[in-house]
Amino acid sequence: MTERSLRGKVAVVGIGETTYYKHSMSPDPEFVLALKAILAACDDAGIDPSTIDSFASYANDRNDPSRIAAALGCKELRLSNMQWGGGGGGGAAAIGNAAAAIATGQAEIAVVYRALAQGQFQRYGRAASGGTVSGDNALIHPYGIFVPAQRYALKIMRYMHDHGVKQEALRAIAMASYHHAQSNPRAIMYGRPLTEQKYDDSRWIAEPNHLFDCCQENDGAAAVILVSADRAKNFPHKPAYVLAVAQGSDHRNAARSFNAPDFASSSFQPVAPHLWEMAKLGPQDVDVLQSYENFTGGVLMSMVEHGFFTGEEANDWCRLENFMTTGKLPLNTSGGNLAECYMHGLELQIEAVRQIRGTSSAQVPNAHVGCVIAGPMVTPVSTMVLGSQETL
Amino acid sequence: MNYLPAGLPEPVTEADKLDAPYWEATRQSVLKIQRCGACNTWQWGPEWLCHKCRSWDMRWVQVEGKGKIWTWTRCWHPVHPALKERGPYIAVLVELPGAGNVRMLGNLLGDAAQDVKIGAAVEAVFEPHDDAPTPYTLVQWRTL
Repeated sequence: MTERSLRGKVAVVGIGETTYYKHSMSPDPEFVLALKAILAACDDAGIDPSTIDSFASYANDRNDPSRIAAALGCKELRLSNMQWGGGGGGGAAAIGNAAAAIATGQAEIAVVYRALAQGQFQRYGRAASGGTVSGDNALIHPYGIFVPAQRYALKIMRYMHDHGVKQEALRAIAMASYHHAQSNPRAIMYGRPLTEQKYDDSRWIAEPNHLFDCCQENDGAAAVILVSADRAKNFPHKPAYVLAVAQGSDHRNAARSFNAPDFASSSFQPVAPHLWEMAKLGPQDVDVLQSYENFTGGVLMSMVEHGFFTGEEANDWCRLENFMTTGKLPLNTSGGNLAECYMHGLELQIEAVRQIRGTSSAQVPNAHVGCVIAGPMVTPVSTMVLGSQETL
Repeated sequence: MNYLPAGLPEPVTEADKLDAPYWEATRQSVLKIQRCGACNTWQWGPEWLCHKCRSWDMRWVQVEGKGKIWTWTRCWHPVHPALKERGPYIAVLVELPGAGNVRMLGNLLGDAAQDVKIGAAVEAVFEPHDDAPTPYTLVQWRTL
């Protein structure tokens, strides 16, 4: 049987972002943000927007591909794909879904995009008031547990207990994002460094999550353009090849009332082995890691479940110096969700492409292999590996 | 005296009645959990069939309100308007050794500043909300 794999078959050739805003501060409606990011990605790739024929997104993005294709005057619409569930956990999956369509002849030029204007719509970190609840929420909301910062605190608390993880390990992950944001003028937290003292003094949101363990909420949009590998060299920038993508979650992950058997997990336990198998690489081969910070504890569990270190090694591993561009595992080099922008993780995919191109504001020397982990602790999650020409 | 202020969303039975026996039992201060009539697997939250053997014979069995704290969080940030004046409160995920170690969420009654220990023994306390448009009873927990 021939090997079934995406390895090296598709590449990212264009990246685009709008200005990133604090939540609810976008002067543009969400649909305009989506269009601006896609046009910026077309510009970066040097393509006419009307040649895009395929679209993929995630997290129930509100901007319908058919409307975008009509607005942009696309000559033809082929793939229009939405990843089910998982919120920001779908970021790598959306790229994988588009890449799979390209590799199997169902798409030619695909854009993966995500747009958020929370002033126009609702925020994630605030509960809607009043009314009744039923189903799973009826077992949770009346106890004052509504938002991700609280729900995932339950996972992180148990994980820290089981593995002896200290608060300082979470702090180092927050520090890494803020550290890298200081060299990135696009970052919301550019010019606003975080110190250990400031972290320690920050208020609790839901223990063990301090304010700085929690992602921002922002307005903006991001887009990446994918084409088949055989065309990828004809574009202005160095292609970033998709070496592997994996999506999914563990056995009964969505069992109601927090009854997932492996509840204290990032959900990557069964997913990461598929990633490394397709990539024909392991965690030791990764030059730079972008790992979605909804909450720092989720990053820690993601790194463990991808095999970068064990839960018991987490306190030693999670130190700012290890996460810097000269460290053992450069992490979230644009500032990520915590300090660049919460673009639902697509800004991390874009940063991974920059690292392969060699154009990051916190460039890791000779970065050839980049891993990008999408939103942890949800279901389904997803993860990917990008590589330079040299890794093929 | 309820643990959390009025104004939080009020639980109602699902439109398809899947969880009706649970909510009806709590009104009588009885805790009922799903158990498979074919293979005896305990199941929570409720689902239409047994995840272990796919039997449709799911029964509602009364269980003792005794459990152990499996994980917890102390919430400080008021994410809901009704919580603005409340101050911190504790949510616990309690596992029920008497019901196949299924887990239920609730609040840990008492001082919100108390030390919480994973593994600590707790017992159920029924908190009736008789004045709600559709009266309901929450299952809360206190340390033994």
